[in-house]
Amino acid sequence: MATTKRPRNRMFRNINAKIAAIPMVLTTLVVFVGGTIWTVVYSFTNSKLLPKLKFVGFDQYERLWSNSRWLISIENLALFGVFSLIFTISVGFLLAVLMDQKIRFEDTFRTIMLYPFALSFVVTGLVWQWILNPSFGIQSIVRSLGWESFTFNPLENPNLVMYGLLIAGLWQGTGFVMCLLLAGLRGIDEDIWKATRVDGIPTWKTYVIVIIPMMRPVFITTLVLVAAGIIKLYDLVVAQTSGGPGNASQVPAMYVYDYMFQAQNLGQGFAASTMMLLSVLIVLIPWAYLEFGGKKHG
Amino acid sequence: MAEAVHPRGTKPRRRLSGRNIMLYGTLLVFSLYYILPLWVMVMTSLKGMPEVRLGNIFAPPVEITFEPWVKAWAEACTGLNCDGLSRGFWNSVRILIPSVILSIIVASVNGYALVNWRFKGSDVFFTILIFGSFIPYQVMLYPIVILLREMGLYGTLWGLVVVHTIFGMPILTLLFRNYFSSIPEELFKAARVDGAGFWGIYFRIMLPMSLPIFVVALILQVTGIWNDFLFGVVYTKPDLYPMTVQLNNIVNSVQGVKEYNVNMAATLLTGLVPLIIYFVSGKLFVRGIAAGAVKG
Repeated sequence: MATTKRPRNRMFRNINAKIAAIPMVLTTLVVFVGGTIWTVVYSFTNSKLLPKLKFVGFDQYERLWSNSRWLISIENLALFGVFSLIFTISVGFLLAVLMDQKIRFEDTFRTIMLYPFALSFVVTGLVWQWILNPSFGIQSIVRSLGWESFTFNPLENPNLVMYGLLIAGLWQGTGFVMCLLLAGLRGIDEDIWKATRVDGIPTWKTYVIVIIPMMRPVFITTLVLVAAGIIKLYDLVVAQTSGGPGNASQVPAMYVYDYMFQAQNLGQGFAASTMMLLSVLIVLIPWAYLEFGGKKHG
Repeated sequence: MAEAVHPRGTKPRRRLSGRNIMLYGTLLVFSLYYILPLWVMVMTSLKGMPEVRLGNIFAPPVEITFEPWVKAWAEACTGLNCDGLSRGFWNSVRILIPSVILSIIVASVNGYALVNWRFKGSDVFFTILIFGSFIPYQVMLYPIVILLREMGLYGTLWGLVVVHTIFGMPILTLLFRNYFSSIPEELFKAARVDGAGFWGIYFRIMLPMSLPIFVVALILQVTGIWNDFLFGVVYTKPDLYPMTVQLNNIVNSVQGVKEYNVNMAATLLTGLVPLIIYFVSGKLFVRGIAAGAVKG
């Protein structure tokens, strides 16, 4: 009797835990894995209003890469991404270093720098739309001070609109990066500082040659988090510029949404979202390799 | 002997050294950049339209009026509806409460099962979950539309609740898993010896011992779900739109005269819930966002 029961026992061991994990199992297998595979498969079909399994090879991708709106979107995202990575990390690190100087009012400064991060991108976009408004905002104020020819109207200039978005994006996100990097700085052993002080190495040099290399894992994690956020860029653009003027501030996430839910051209939407996935993988795979693959050797 | 009497520690610095002026000066300049938009929002929302047209957006109002706030709350128009942001607010509340509760329950039980009741493959699911959080939402948008339609939830409030539970799962599960694994295993073993089961241990030991992490999860979810825009647009219908979506529709509507003071009052109203959470929670908020950076 006992022998016949054993396999059943193994199946039903932890039965409550297995039941409790059903939502997680369904989410990972059905939504994350299943959904991703589904989208990739259907990106090779010519689905229009409804998803249909009529394969057309790489047609959707060819159409995608010959669509000027998509090319603009990619260019915009690359521009926004590069600048926002450089600025969030460098400004975030600068602020973190300043905050780490045993200053007074540290909590007040942190509260001020981090509160934008609690706000949504929609709120962020709308506030900056107002501040950058040419007839009421910064431009008009500087002009009213006497500098009549002053021009600062990024949101209505196709060449500058991405920088207008960048100002808002940096406002929202640098506080967060500052917090992550500050936690990293605080995690460094006090003895290292003492040792460099004994050796008479100037503070700035200690940061460059000792602290920054030691904080490599923190920087990499921050980089991955920021990069993953940039690829999702959507609400900020919708709120601040609606993709305009013209198509000048389009981004990939908007392209996907419009083709899937407005233009009823599902295949294009799937192809575009698959390209987004691909760009995440390009960021993620080297990171995962460094983070998890490297440990086996070390 | 003489050396022993020397004061220890670093030499106290002078208050107004050049270094301090640079340090605090830089911090103040940055603080100005961060605080300015909030200042502008508040000031604009308290002015009448004539004053907005004439004046400087940074200047405080000459005459304070709360009319823009009233108008934003009760009269602002989206399309044909002119019942203000209040509808979006209540929609957001109705979405928020079940989403927060459900997502925290699911994720905390996940975390608990992953730490104390590992089963074959449980770590694989966890790894997929974490990697899944990096997949752009756009990739899964349409498959979820199909799933919700099959379940009869597409376009309903509960559909959105399911979506928030799914996308909140990676970060929250990570949060709970890390916290539960810091609770001594002896406690769990002792409870097992005493005959407590899966749910018994969860409710009598894990839950009462982990209240701080539940608060962190609460903060994370309330701000995250309140600020959501994409899922609100995709998975609900116009009369169920959450506050962020309605705000965007009010401010960016092309019809009618632009009332900037009402727009700013509406923007501020939408930002108020996360701002209050942020200012009340303080350090716990920081802990919540830092959890995202903790390695799994």
